[in-house]
Amino acid sequence: MMKELSLHILDLVQNSVSAGASLIEIIIEENLIDDFFKITIKDDGWGMDKDLIEKIRNPFFTTRTTRKVGLGIPLMEAACQRCAGNLTIESEKGIGTIVTAYFKHSHIDRAPLGNMVDTFITVILGKADIDYIYKHKMNDKEFIIDTRQLKQILGLEVSISNPDILAWINEYINDGLGNLMEV
Amino acid sequence: MKSIQELEEIRKRTLDTINVRKDRSGTRVVVGMATCGIAAGARPVLLAVIDEVKNNNLADVVVAQTGCIGMCRLEPILEVYKPGEEKVTYVKVTASKAKRIMNEHVILGKVVEEYTIGASEQ
Repeated sequence: MMKELSLHILDLVQNSVSAGASLIEIIIEENLIDDFFKITIKDDGWGMDKDLIEKIRNPFFTTRTTRKVGLGIPLMEAACQRCAGNLTIESEKGIGTIVTAYFKHSHIDRAPLGNMVDTFITVILGKADIDYIYKHKMNDKEFIIDTRQLKQILGLEVSISNPDILAWINEYINDGLGNLMEV
Repeated sequence: MKSIQELEEIRKRTLDTINVRKDRSGTRVVVGMATCGIAAGARPVLLAVIDEVKNNNLADVVVAQTGCIGMCRLEPILEVYKPGEEKVTYVKVTASKAKRIMNEHVILGKVVEEYTIGASEQ
């Protein structure tokens, strides 16, 4: 079991990376009035047919060759089901995949979101040619960061994985999320 | 509050230091980031490695991520590839172990034997 939802997110993003995605969106929607916590991972990777979508819910299925179990999706699904929620997968071959994890926000078994800054920095460090959008909604407030916008400012000479740039991204997200959580 | 405009200034500052970084064949540090690695604590390990690269200004060190290499029980796993030397595999790594590996092995060239896969299997 993962201690933080942000670790599940990191794990699911790796699936999108393996599916050849070039743009991956991480959308978190928190709503304290309607009491839900929703995580959406959307990619433009190869996508899956219906048969494969069913298979990946099974822990004894994986596309990897080094071992026989694939736990990413089943672990996230179990985490949702513990919290009066569910996990849905929509996918289309050649279009991409949308994984949505739904939790009851106030459920006592819902793991904390944890450190999204660390998750975002880790995914950025993964493959330089993939772009990421992280959108976080809290009731009616919203924070967004889009690596395409950052790369446009940085140009070709400065890499997004440059330590000084990462330090800026770290503070930028921290500030943004801090703003969201203020009442 | 950080603004997007600041990024432009940082870009200008870093441009000057970047030319030094090119055409050096350096050390590769690879962290396993599959489900098994992440669940075992690979994220803080990767970020500790990045921190050491930044703090020590290790311009010639490349940090990369890899998937599951089939030894899930030994995760988090960190591999160090130095040019002309054999690969060293470290197992059950934590952020503080990663810090020591960076300082002793990557910077000073001395393998931290006690954290290697060889030592763990004995």
